[in-house]
Amino acid sequence: MAAAENYPADLKYHREHDWVRIEGGEAVFGITWKAQDMLGELVFFQPPQIGAAIDKDGSYGEVESVKAVSDLIAPISGKVVAVNEKVKADPETVNADPYGEGWLVRVQLSDPSEADALLDAEAYKQLVAEE
Amino acid sequence: MGGYLALTEADKEAMLKAVGVSSVEGLFADIPEQVRLRRELALPAPASEVEVERELTELAGRNVHTGRELSFLGAGVYDHYVPAIVDAVISRPEFLTAYTPYQPELSQGVLQAIFEYQTVICELTGMEVANASGYDGATVAADACFMAAHATGRRKIAIAEAVNPQVRQVVKTYAPGFGLEVVEVPHAGGVTDPGRFRVEAEGAAAAIFQQPNFFGCLEPAPDLARAASDAGALAVAHVDPLSLGVLEAPGNYGCQIAIGEGQAAGNHLSFGGPHFGFLAAKKELIRRMPGRIVGETTDRRGRRGFVLTFQTREQHIRREKATSNITTNQSLCALAGLVYLSWLGPKGLRELGETCMGLSELVKKKLGLPPAFAAPGFKEIAVRLGRPAEEVVREAKKRGVNPGYPLGRDYAGMEDVLLVAVTEKRSPADIERLSEVLGEVLA
Amino acid sequence: MSNWREEPLIFEKSRPGRSASSLPRYELPRAELPAALARAEAPRLPELAEPDLARHFSALAERNFGVDSGFYPLGSCTMKYNPRLNERLAALPGFADLHPHQSPEDAQGALELCFRLQEALAEIAGLDAVSLQPAAGAQGELTGLMLVRAYFQDRGELETRRKVVVPDTAHGTNPASVTMAGFELQPVKTDARGNLDLDDLRRVVGSDTAALMLTNPSTLGLFEEGITEVARIFHEAGALLYYDGANLNAVCGISRPGDMGFDIVHFNLHKTFSTPHGGGGPGAGPVAVRRELEPFLPAPAIVRRDDGTFALDSERPKSVGRVRGFLGPFGVFVKAYAFIRVYGPALKEMSEAAVLNANYLLARLKDVYELRYDRLCMHEFVLSACKLKREQGISALDVAKRLMDYGIHPPTIYFPLVVPEALMIEPTETESLETLDAFVEAMRRIAAEAAESPELLREAPHDRPVERLDEVGAVKRAIVRYEFGEPEPD
Repeated sequence: MAAAENYPADLKYHREHDWVRIEGGEAVFGITWKAQDMLGELVFFQPPQIGAAIDKDGSYGEVESVKAVSDLIAPISGKVVAVNEKVKADPETVNADPYGEGWLVRVQLSDPSEADALLDAEAYKQLVAEE
Repeated sequence: MGGYLALTEADKEAMLKAVGVSSVEGLFADIPEQVRLRRELALPAPASEVEVERELTELAGRNVHTGRELSFLGAGVYDHYVPAIVDAVISRPEFLTAYTPYQPELSQGVLQAIFEYQTVICELTGMEVANASGYDGATVAADACFMAAHATGRRKIAIAEAVNPQVRQVVKTYAPGFGLEVVEVPHAGGVTDPGRFRVEAEGAAAAIFQQPNFFGCLEPAPDLARAASDAGALAVAHVDPLSLGVLEAPGNYGCQIAIGEGQAAGNHLSFGGPHFGFLAAKKELIRRMPGRIVGETTDRRGRRGFVLTFQTREQHIRREKATSNITTNQSLCALAGLVYLSWLGPKGLRELGETCMGLSELVKKKLGLPPAFAAPGFKEIAVRLGRPAEEVVREAKKRGVNPGYPLGRDYAGMEDVLLVAVTEKRSPADIERLSEVLGEVLA
Repeated sequence: MSNWREEPLIFEKSRPGRSASSLPRYELPRAELPAALARAEAPRLPELAEPDLARHFSALAERNFGVDSGFYPLGSCTMKYNPRLNERLAALPGFADLHPHQSPEDAQGALELCFRLQEALAEIAGLDAVSLQPAAGAQGELTGLMLVRAYFQDRGELETRRKVVVPDTAHGTNPASVTMAGFELQPVKTDARGNLDLDDLRRVVGSDTAALMLTNPSTLGLFEEGITEVARIFHEAGALLYYDGANLNAVCGISRPGDMGFDIVHFNLHKTFSTPHGGGGPGAGPVAVRRELEPFLPAPAIVRRDDGTFALDSERPKSVGRVRGFLGPFGVFVKAYAFIRVYGPALKEMSEAAVLNANYLLARLKDVYELRYDRLCMHEFVLSACKLKREQGISALDVAKRLMDYGIHPPTIYFPLVVPEALMIEPTETESLETLDAFVEAMRRIAAEAAESPELLREAPHDRPVERLDEVGAVKRAIVRYEFGEPEPD
């Protein structure tokens, strides 16, 4: 049920294996295929509070598998406007569909220009290949 | 020590050859010369098994144990009967000589036993999740504080003064590292006033009381739990497991966490340890719990099995962000607790509780000394002697009776108060003897 | 397919009305109990007669594996033989039935035993003073860091000294203890020989450093070759050195932490000094310190008075306080003391045998499993199943599970974190050459099996009560206590 390895070209990536999809003044965050593959099947998602301010490169929550726990790193700064309840209830959704159903939070951006410093899919793929 | 080592000189020679060094000394080449110990350890010469047994038997013989005097000591550790089957089970080498159950296929015995233990603790306390044990009744209180601080984001702990002094001391020892401030709530006539408790619990992460408390008195526990909750603090009850056949379970009157000292359940006095502490909570706190938790699952053939679970809370995975640094706990002592409580059963637990209460009532009647406090009790009663309790204890001991614990050791103004503990091992005749001896000493 | 039958939970064997207990019944007055405090519904404890209780726990014991069952090379846990004499001694009534509030004059034998144990531990550590109080290694660590706190507080430096340096090879307890003691973690790297990276260390140690926490030999089983330089770096910065005694079994009588420059040491009596671990505990974690740190040790202290008697000293105004109830896990002290008496200065021979056994295994296995740091090891060593993983898709976990089919407890796996597919092997001194050879044979055959019949490994173990268990399901379902069904209608 795990997805096949892929890194969509329409996303921006953070080196800590997090992705962001910019949609106007808002953005959706998630973790990459590589991240879920390293962790294994997820069993827990600790989301931030709705309305919480999150900072670029800071931790905004946690995901856990049975034997590992990982901080969720914010690719850009903003305020949380929605949390994926489906992932809260069924964390393995992230393994099945990391870029679709398995999104984690929706954020109102405070500085959209921060996205310029992020990796594109090609650069991120290269990073994954090097690790 | 030859007996514990199996290598012969010929073995060693062959092994060194396989390693490719010429002597045992050569194995330590990586240790810099300036830190090598170039003399023998200054320890007594090796002793044979017979000699060691003689030496330790002599040391043991210099202690006055409960078989050598009629003892009414309690104050946190109690001389309850330990059934023979408890010692038989915990002597099984498969339990005794195993490490932590990291490999579930080789450890189903310990894992299932812990799962059963967790269930028994939850049943006793009215809780939904229990860990596999903590060190003792004092350190689990510190654990509860750490849990509560994380769950509430608050930095203060309110603890009743009528809680065992050693428990309070341990909480205070841990508090600075946790960044917590500890406030003690004074007792009023031997029990804690819910109104006062409510005030001190304001802004606190946890509000802790003991039932029965250190003076042996029954606290208005449901009122204290409500006071804590009203103040937004987690209500934490420190309970005697053997009281829970007759006394209500903390989980049934609004506490979020129940903790306690497990010694009374199947563990020998052993001069204070090893024993075990138990910690149980409502399910929403499971991810805040310290220590190991065993869960039920299945293998690929659908057979039921048990594993360590929710391990991401623990130090070996979460490291500096763990819920605790605990790893070694008190499994074997907790197993003794499980065997003991299974031996008692619900009926035995109730009967035992009633016997303890009846015996303390008998103490009250027979001694005819003024109780220090009016509140009803369970298995301990504090009496006023009208003379320094330390003196009375010394005098009574000369007559073969240890009449109890002087409360003045921990509480100013209680120099003449003696805390007398009874268990089912003390008979009405023993209480008669206590009464005689105290009568003589106080005359 | 194994022949094990499921052992029901004790609650499933329970029948209303049965009981194993036998309690005295006295004629007693009735005691009052306020209704608001009385138990409304009885706890559902098991109801079994004693014979069934005995069989239940016997069945559970058979489903467990201890040192007495077979070879147990669980790295970092020092699973040596637990002498039976020590069990007998701890059960002597003068020890087992001694109340901890007994007056010191009537507990002189117990106090003397504690005192003698303190003296022996101080000599073994090469330090001056000992507290026996901590309940286990992790609590010994935490106590050690509380001592660091108290020491710097006393010197007025606590505000600035916030950091505790911990190498990346450390046990997870070290960083967890750092947090619990209110310090910040400063990680430091391991160099190409498996030693602390001294350049990295010089970079991170400064006036904000409170202490180093170090296991030596390290969790890689390697002695820190630059230990004197490490000590110099910390002491010159005004910081303290803390020694995690988890691996002390390698160096008793050979090299002492105090002589290496450490200021604080904790012992694991359940490792080095053979007290049985009981399926997870009890342990004991005494701490030893240099003279300057003695005033901060947990109170009360056990002291010898001028007249030769023993007493408890609670007048320790600078003490960190009490870390657990009473004087510590006394029953464990009895066993550890008896063990030390049997060996005396020959503890050195104990450590030598432990190190010889480990090096022998290493020499005979390093051609089939990879060794990241090719040096002589101390009492344990870390191999890697990387090659099997790469070539056959066989993991360290598969190797571990297959060892069970050979009647051997697996090594510690996936630790330390710096070695991928780690297999951490610690034979201890009490194993015979034949046992070691049988392990070598099993490990070599498993490596061969990985190529010939990998399924045999992936599906191992084959004859235990359960096969590999669904750990994901365990977290998701979160069944952490028995759920009683509805009572049957009468």
